[in-house]
Amino acid sequence: MPGLRILVGTRKGLFVLKSDRRRRAWSMEGPHFLGQIVNHAVLDPRDGRTMLAAVRAGHLGPTVFRSEDAGRSWKESAKPPAFAKAPDGGKGESVSHVFWLTPGAASEPARWYAGTSPQGLFASDDGGRTWEGVAGFNAHPDRRKWIGGLQEAPPDGGTLHSINLDPKDARHLYIGMSAGGAFESRDAGATWSPLNKGCAADFLPDPNPEYGHDVHCLRVHPASGDVYQQNHCGIYRLDRKSATWERIGRAMPKKIGDVGFPMVLHPRDPATAWVFPMDGGTVWPRMPIEGKPAVYRTRDRGASWERQDAGLPPAQAWFTVKRQAMGADALDPVGLYFGTTCGEVWASFDEGARWDCLCLHLPHVYSVEAALAA
Amino acid sequence: MKVALPTPLADYTGHRREVEAQGATLAELLGDLDRRYPGIRFRMIDEQDAIRPHIKIFVNRVQESSLARRLAPADEVLVVAALSGG
Repeated sequence: MPGLRILVGTRKGLFVLKSDRRRRAWSMEGPHFLGQIVNHAVLDPRDGRTMLAAVRAGHLGPTVFRSEDAGRSWKESAKPPAFAKAPDGGKGESVSHVFWLTPGAASEPARWYAGTSPQGLFASDDGGRTWEGVAGFNAHPDRRKWIGGLQEAPPDGGTLHSINLDPKDARHLYIGMSAGGAFESRDAGATWSPLNKGCAADFLPDPNPEYGHDVHCLRVHPASGDVYQQNHCGIYRLDRKSATWERIGRAMPKKIGDVGFPMVLHPRDPATAWVFPMDGGTVWPRMPIEGKPAVYRTRDRGASWERQDAGLPPAQAWFTVKRQAMGADALDPVGLYFGTTCGEVWASFDEGARWDCLCLHLPHVYSVEAALAA
Repeated sequence: MKVALPTPLADYTGHRREVEAQGATLAELLGDLDRRYPGIRFRMIDEQDAIRPHIKIFVNRVQESSLARRLAPADEVLVVAALSGG
């Protein structure tokens, strides 16, 4: 059925919420991969039919599944993302899990990118059937310095995520890493440069290092090419005429602050973006401030922010929204969606003015992606 | 020889818990298993040819850590996967 799909990756499988473009009636399909961890699942916007899912079952090795019929059947990648084998006697790395999937540009219909834990970048040129490491990143002599060691990694392992393409140049790639920071490549991944000037890293001895930052979510606007970032220290915007990030989170209310994980951009208006602030005080509870969840929207590129909490629980709501668990559709008005660690999916069909709960009782939500099916 | 597999790998074998595979070493046996059931090896063995941390392989009830372990046709191979984690 053509229409809207919300792909919800969870700790115990993949669920697909289905509706038509009016977004009034919804049904749920799934679970796919019951009991398996689905860190990310994406419906290819280039054909509206191909879906890729990053899957890991408990203690088994990580893999990627591919569907050519919008999820009715799945086939495992013949060669999932994996690091190069170390020479005899050497110590090589092993992919723990595939964390992020990004389709390539419209001009490269079979290309996909994958980010992993530990921080690795992989690409496929056959629609996700086989994957190769992007040697310009994975084998870069400075990669280990960029990503740090185990002590710098989050408890679930360091991740490479937020793989974005410059809408005006498919060879210009952006990535975000926790830990490591933001990096860009202007030659399709052959060479990489840190892209962190202006971003704080107040957890490091040098508060203004070249790399080592903790990017939570980075998005490139599909029209303007400007870049927005939610990181460990705040909310930032990078105008591509500039090489220095501006901390637009300083305009957030003081009692809310600008810590959070997701970053969502309006698909057409480069001045509009949404964030989901969370408590980053003391031990970092990573939950809504005072248990009162709210989305914040800017319509002026971060110069000001407005609270959008109508319909959300007014108090005693203690969940987390993970970095890839909030997204937007491309309809007008824009629909927004976020999933929670409590297994709820919330939606707004008027760009955040009013929120409704689409479903309850799913497993812990890891990712939410909205897309139009063919 | 007979290879007993844990339930998390059942999707690869059509839900058969015991399958046949051949090889003069554990490495060859796992390669043969992967030819018969594509993808199954990588779920047990990582890209550095190490047995994944929560997978155990036993030959005739003795745990093995080396894929170079030689096998005889009558050996019985058992693969165990931890279900811990909730």
